[in-house]
Amino acid sequence: MRVMAQMAMVMNLDKCIGCHTCSVTCKQAWTNRAGVEYVWFNNVETRPGQGYPRTYEDQEKWQGGWTVKRGKLRLRSGGRLKRLAQIFSNPNLPTLQDYYEPWTYEYDMLLSSPLGDHTPVARPKSLITGKNMKIEWSANWDDDLAGGPELMPQDPILNKIKGEVTDRVKAEFEQAFMFYLPRICEHCLNPACVASCPSGAMYKRSEDGIVLVDQDRCRGWRMCVTGCPYKKVYFNHKTGKAEKCTMCYPRIEVGLPTVCSETCVGRLRYLGLFLYDADKVTEAAATPNEQDLLEAQLDLLLDPEDPAVQEAARRDGIPEDWLEAARKSPVYKLAKVYKVALPLHPEYRTMPMVWYVPPLSPVVDALRDTGNDAEDAGNLFGALEALRIPVEYLAELFTAGDVEPVMASLRTLAAMRSYMRDVNLGREPRPEIPASVGMSEETLYDMYRLLAIAKYEERYVIPKAHAETARDLEELACAVDYSDGTRPVSGPFGEVSGRPVPVAVETFHALKERQTTEVIIPVEAVRVNLRNWDGLGGTDD
Amino acid sequence: MTESVTTVDILLWVVLPYVTMAVFVTGLVWRYRYDKFGWTTRSSQIYEGRLIRIASPLFHVGILAVVIGHVIGLLIPEKWTDAANISEDMYHLMAVGIGLAAGACTLIGIALLIYRRRTNGPVFAATTKNDKTMYIFLVAAILLGLLTTLVGSGIVGDGYNYRDTVSPWFRSLFLLQPKPELMAESLPSFQVHAVAGMLVFLIWPFTRLVHAFSAPFGYVFRPYVVYRDRGPHDAGNRAPRRGWEKVG
Repeated sequence: MRVMAQMAMVMNLDKCIGCHTCSVTCKQAWTNRAGVEYVWFNNVETRPGQGYPRTYEDQEKWQGGWTVKRGKLRLRSGGRLKRLAQIFSNPNLPTLQDYYEPWTYEYDMLLSSPLGDHTPVARPKSLITGKNMKIEWSANWDDDLAGGPELMPQDPILNKIKGEVTDRVKAEFEQAFMFYLPRICEHCLNPACVASCPSGAMYKRSEDGIVLVDQDRCRGWRMCVTGCPYKKVYFNHKTGKAEKCTMCYPRIEVGLPTVCSETCVGRLRYLGLFLYDADKVTEAAATPNEQDLLEAQLDLLLDPEDPAVQEAARRDGIPEDWLEAARKSPVYKLAKVYKVALPLHPEYRTMPMVWYVPPLSPVVDALRDTGNDAEDAGNLFGALEALRIPVEYLAELFTAGDVEPVMASLRTLAAMRSYMRDVNLGREPRPEIPASVGMSEETLYDMYRLLAIAKYEERYVIPKAHAETARDLEELACAVDYSDGTRPVSGPFGEVSGRPVPVAVETFHALKERQTTEVIIPVEAVRVNLRNWDGLGGTDD
Repeated sequence: MTESVTTVDILLWVVLPYVTMAVFVTGLVWRYRYDKFGWTTRSSQIYEGRLIRIASPLFHVGILAVVIGHVIGLLIPEKWTDAANISEDMYHLMAVGIGLAAGACTLIGIALLIYRRRTNGPVFAATTKNDKTMYIFLVAAILLGLLTTLVGSGIVGDGYNYRDTVSPWFRSLFLLQPKPELMAESLPSFQVHAVAGMLVFLIWPFTRLVHAFSAPFGYVFRPYVVYRDRGPHDAGNRAPRRGWEKVG
């Protein structure tokens, strides 16, 4: 057993209202620059829908992730030699048309156009060519089922569960079901992007499992974009380098949650540690039957309360405060103890580490529409069985099509609703409800606390990186802020060349002080950037 | 070899080669140390995926074959191939056949790539002055190289055995006993191609061509998933690296 720690996230989809605040704040912090206009480290998709980039889940087309061939794990897009043979032109690389052509508006026209008969207009201008353009697609073009009848049939998940089931997925307003799926990089235990990188520039941090791109080593071969089945590695077309969600590591290192988590209006994100057995990852990822992968992935996660695990973890150099954080980890509880959180597309065999509590709301809504008591345990359980459309769809997302784990998760959530309603209304609580989903009343209440009350310090249990090594961590990857964010720096060797600015604008200690201080720090005293902004003080520009 | 060696010959066939080597090597080391971030293929595939599917492999495979051809033609002395019982005619037939095929692939490839660059809006917008300059030097060298192949084979003119002059001159540079007189007596087409070739190497470290030195052979041997530690820690701030910084 080789114990490693993994910073992981759980998102409670029931609470997602699709406001895109996470996407916007993430973009402001990380990808508000030339070359990455089309890049959304965090995006929110409406499901059913095509996702971003369009139909990224169709691995027959995009060849992302891993497959098992003759019992051995290999990249779906081919072995090492095949990848190298395709290095001059990657056949499975999405082009900008599969994302969208980013644009801006000619705002200056509104101010500077001369007096005339007509109101001046700000026409859209392509950020790629600088020419006038027609806006035809964007990162969330099919938001809220927009264009449903035309666009929805191209959802790769719907195409997978074709037939009798999809006939009941209706795009008509009255019968529609939908939910939102916020996505970031999965920071997988078995990352296909890292495995695809010919230069060895992509790596998994051994301390916290965050997957990063070393900007100094990336040579722009773009195999990682193909390798990632979630299409969460992007190609910066100005620098010619790969960029991806960093899990806001400069924040995580000082114990702050990621920007997307911090700013989430619904407070639906959870951050915490998993301890896992690194020696067994490849074996688990090679599990023959796709529907057994969820179980294999759960088996990798070690019980932080187990003395044997703790002993092994200490031996493998995991600090004591990290073990403490692992014991308090909300993500471990949601994924392994309560078993309500499920990984996104375990069948890609990357062992993704962003988990989702499936949404019960589509079921509850449908039930309410039929005039029933939507919070009654009996009704809800029955509805789960009857309303198989969302469940089958969810199963394709979270369990490789196996309906049972999704049903179990939804049943647990339904039990929590019914049980807590009795508590809240001052009725006699019914212990048979938690018992029906194999839980004690205490456990169910704990889960309720975590999911419904969701206190900040219970949602985010983030051990700080150890100060004695933190400086190195900050400098490991390179800054993305190579320009002022509006125009690329044109150096003599191309758009961007020369030394990048170090990523850590603040020092570790300054950041820690800011985080724990009681007073508002004057703007002049400390330079703040959005990536680390915590609401204390202002920004200096 | 009785002709006198002029100053121009010395400049072209002794000074220029050594300056090229010096600039090439130090330039690459310097660029690698100070501009790792700018060291990339600067791929434009994301803008346009169809034409590049044909053009890029055509060009790259072609140019790699051309490189191998140059290594064989310049580095292997005629004596060795004679000893291996490969006749001059045999050798030339092979060299010309493979050389022309590789050269044609390269030329068609780069022609398509340049066409793509010029006609595709986004790709053209992403083309820098540096790129354009590089293309001029590269295309000139390729065209002149094809010309020498034609001249050398006798398809144009009477044929010419460059292994009597150009190749020994090339080797003499590395033996540190340069023989400019050999090059001085070779055909003008070979002379011009040699100069064009040297100019490509001269600008190489300062263009996107540097990505050729990042060919990722290590990928075949390394484990799939790369882990990296924080490593030993240096207390306090790290000294800023040298190299030029943008002013203002």
